[in-house]
Amino acid sequence: MNFSPQIVAELLPALLRGTVVTLYATAAGMAVALVVGLLIAIARRGSNPVAVLIIDSFVTVVRSTPLLIQLYLLFYVLPLYGPSFSPLFTGILGLGLHYSSYISEVFRAGIDAVPRGQWEACIALQFSRVKTWTRIVLPQAFRIVLPQIGNYLISMYKHASLLATITVVELLGAALNFAGETFRYFEAFTLVGIIYFVIGFAFSRLVRYLEQRTTYGRA
Amino acid sequence: MNLLLEISPVLLRGAYTTVLLTLVSGTCALLVGFAVGLARLARTRWLSIPLAIYIEVFRNTSSLVQIFYFFFVLPLIGIRLEAFTTGCLVLALNFGAYISEVVRSAILSIDRGQHDATIALNMPTSLSYRRIIIPQAIPVMLPAFGNYALELLKATSLVSLITITELTFSGAQLVQYYGHPTLIYMSIFVIYLLLALPLVALNKALERHSGGQWKPKVPTT
Repeated sequence: MNFSPQIVAELLPALLRGTVVTLYATAAGMAVALVVGLLIAIARRGSNPVAVLIIDSFVTVVRSTPLLIQLYLLFYVLPLYGPSFSPLFTGILGLGLHYSSYISEVFRAGIDAVPRGQWEACIALQFSRVKTWTRIVLPQAFRIVLPQIGNYLISMYKHASLLATITVVELLGAALNFAGETFRYFEAFTLVGIIYFVIGFAFSRLVRYLEQRTTYGRA
Repeated sequence: MNLLLEISPVLLRGAYTTVLLTLVSGTCALLVGFAVGLARLARTRWLSIPLAIYIEVFRNTSSLVQIFYFFFVLPLIGIRLEAFTTGCLVLALNFGAYISEVVRSAILSIDRGQHDATIALNMPTSLSYRRIIIPQAIPVMLPAFGNYALELLKATSLVSLITITELTFSGAQLVQYYGHPTLIYMSIFVIYLLLALPLVALNKALERHSGGQWKPKVPTT
């Protein structure tokens, strides 16, 4: 099996374009997951038992079914009844909703970790509910959960390769297209593996650094 | 409704394959995880460096890419495996890498005094691990194992893309043959949910019981 530099040179531009799509989908997916996850975490603290039950079921159902099936449902089934989006948008939505179920648990734990005294102080100072959340609770909770969100970001970055199955030409999709035309599977997948590893490894070191910093800072 | 009756044997066979995949690759992943996790605790460089590379590679690349790599590239270098074997192998190596870290950190979390005591009692290392260290570390590992079991069940859907006829692949084929994507994909969604719910319940129970430290069942006085 020979690794041809010429093929690599041909392949690389397409893979780099794919990498950009992967990173974009990851960032946008995480934005969706953060917003939805935060809303879920806040809504779960409400006193309406029916709402809490509905939210809990949503989280459980989304968490315990494969992202691949969720993407198929969003891509093949949803357009039959309602709006149809571009493959990339569908993929971002799928990633975002799937991970919102994980992120909501992270936020829940983070909010619970904010000391009770902080809430009581807000009441004593007559802060409004909005001000209590946005100025006091969330900034502290966010710092606590940051490393964990980083871990989910890495996981989502790897999961974004599933978007290839709904015709998005991201990193893996670009490699599949190229290999399908030229049968150069070895070069294509080896390069994809290397790109995934380099970015993933860099991410994970960054998250580990964040983790260490936050634990030392609070100790 | 008639269609549902017609396709149910295919879906059930698919679900059976999904369960089989989860069990086989889960068992292999546990074996790999324990072997690698324990081997990394030994302070021999020629062992720990290659294993660290294995763990980092499998944890930092996409599992779908790993599956495709094994499926398309291994035959090129002369290794021909059945699709099912390939799927199990990749899932076992992928989850084994995560599990090895769980095993390692659980063993490191055991109180140093326990280790010192086995030395003071002149226990051989293998005996101290078997009787003292690992039995205490296992309860620490269980919640993480439960989570990975659920993740593994979901990850088996990925091997549908290398033509293994598990639940997802069966569904995709049925959609091609009969149409009706709503009915078929929704039934698959529900089947996955039904398969996952026992694991979800197990995980809740494990989380509740995980105090971290081993608590003997006999009443202590």
